[in-house]
Amino acid sequence: MARTILPFGPQHPVLPEPLHLKLTIEDEIVVEALPTLGYVHRGLEKLCEVRDFNQMVQIVERVCGICSCLHALCYCEGIEQIMGVEVPRRAKYLRTIWGELHRVHSHLLWLGLFADAFGFESLFMQFWRVRERIMDIMEATCGNRVVVSVNVVGGVRRDLSPEQCQWIEQQLIISEKEIRQLQTTILNDYTVKKRCCGKGVLTKEQAYQLGAVGPMLRGSGWAQDARQTGYAAFGELGFEPIVEYDGDSYARCAVRFRETLQSFDIVRLAIARMPAGETAANVEGANEDDTPRIISGNRGGIMQSYNRDKHHSITAAPPPDLDIPAGSLAAKVKGKPDGEAVTRVEQPRGELMYYLKGVGSKNMDRVRIRTPTFANIPPLLAILPGCELADVPVIVLSIDPCISCTER
Amino acid sequence: MFNMTKNVVANLFAKSSTRLYPFAVRGHFEGFRGTLHINIDECIFCRTCQIKCPSQCIAVDNKAGTWTCEAMSCVYCGVCVDVCPTSCLSMSKEHRQVATEKQTMAYQGVPKKKKKEAAE
Ligand code: SF4
Ligand code: SF4
Repeated sequence: MARTILPFGPQHPVLPEPLHLKLTIEDEIVVEALPTLGYVHRGLEKLCEVRDFNQMVQIVERVCGICSCLHALCYCEGIEQIMGVEVPRRAKYLRTIWGELHRVHSHLLWLGLFADAFGFESLFMQFWRVRERIMDIMEATCGNRVVVSVNVVGGVRRDLSPEQCQWIEQQLIISEKEIRQLQTTILNDYTVKKRCCGKGVLTKEQAYQLGAVGPMLRGSGWAQDARQTGYAAFGELGFEPIVEYDGDSYARCAVRFRETLQSFDIVRLAIARMPAGETAANVEGANEDDTPRIISGNRGGIMQSYNRDKHHSITAAPPPDLDIPAGSLAAKVKGKPDGEAVTRVEQPRGELMYYLKGVGSKNMDRVRIRTPTFANIPPLLAILPGCELADVPVIVLSIDPCISCTER
Repeated sequence: MFNMTKNVVANLFAKSSTRLYPFAVRGHFEGFRGTLHINIDECIFCRTCQIKCPSQCIAVDNKAGTWTCEAMSCVYCGVCVDVCPTSCLSMSKEHRQVATEKQTMAYQGVPKKKKKEAAE
């Protein structure tokens, strides 16, 4: 049978994102896949030359709609490292809460789209119905549903009142109940298993060698999650990544499903332990010494440090410092970032990395963003050859592609 | 299989989760950033909002006393509301109506006189 080249995307009924793959097909079997990137390139990194470092927060949020909060968090942590800003503890907890809510809504979105990819329309609607509750929480607490715009350099812009915390907890209880009802369907249903089990297997060695990140990596048996590095409040919350060992589409789906439930627990724990106090640092003339500093973000970037047995010990709930009055919510950061920083946070899709370089002016010299989907494309290309054409949509979706992130 | 059937039956008798949109509108939560408003009488034309706006959609002319905002390029981040020294900017929770043409919010205020002029 002669080989045929089939263009897959950028517009394809099953793809939520404009990914273009050139598939070489032989008898309905994929023998080669070549990606083309750049369809939605917007040049957001370049904007750092004309917008100042505070305005960049709103710009990096727009790199990706679904995980906007985590992009801003990663960027702000980087700038805070360069400028030596100490973020109030309450702000760290609030960032964790909103970040995890973003993970929940992103995973629910993905679970729905994944169900849609193998034709399970009603499951798609059920997941999105639950997601709507999370979006409501976002709108009520942040002021917007998707691009929440709560992070600023030095802290967060909004606070949660005790009533809001209570309301969030109630909503989470309902959502969790609804999600658990869907658990048997998404994880045990015959049709779902038939379409996912054993499809697109990424072995443990391949995952490591090709640099997979996020659920893709954890689905292949590596217990690696950037949250282990303890950014925001994760250092105090005792976090352990969720791992599956099969490396197929089903394992990745299971990782995301279990992570959704785990994120609920993290949000609850963070609300319970959230100390009172300020939500934003007030920084004047930070970073006096002008020698550029390289601060490698989030301590230790090598695989060995992600030993499965090593996890952060759960610290006892710290006494809330109740008598500090809540200060101004808008951070007043004076001074200019001068130095370099690398920060990593765990996005719903995997590890997000920012490299920031400031040269003491209000514009950043360089903002380099490496998004998880970019890291997950090489593994995707490795698992596509050998699969049937009908499985391509499921496998492509199983990496949770976010092409707007990748192309910025 | 049985689980989903149970679910389907439950959904058949449950209240619909969608709304008949133009007749049933959800409304917004308190604190939603819907539309930007300015109380032009309190504006001192300091241009802080113009400088801080990430989408650079505000133009303030302190000589003529005009404040204009390209409503279509505003991303409703609320930064200008946070930074305005006289708190004359505010956000209401109703979102801006759809439009067929590009809209600009233009306001004419009284520019603050210089100290010398004010003394005369
Ligand atoms: S920041 Fe406030 S007072 Fe200053 S120009 Fe803008 S609207 Fe007017
Ligand atoms: S809300 Fe944001 S984008 Fe809109 S005018 Fe204010 S600062 Fe600019």
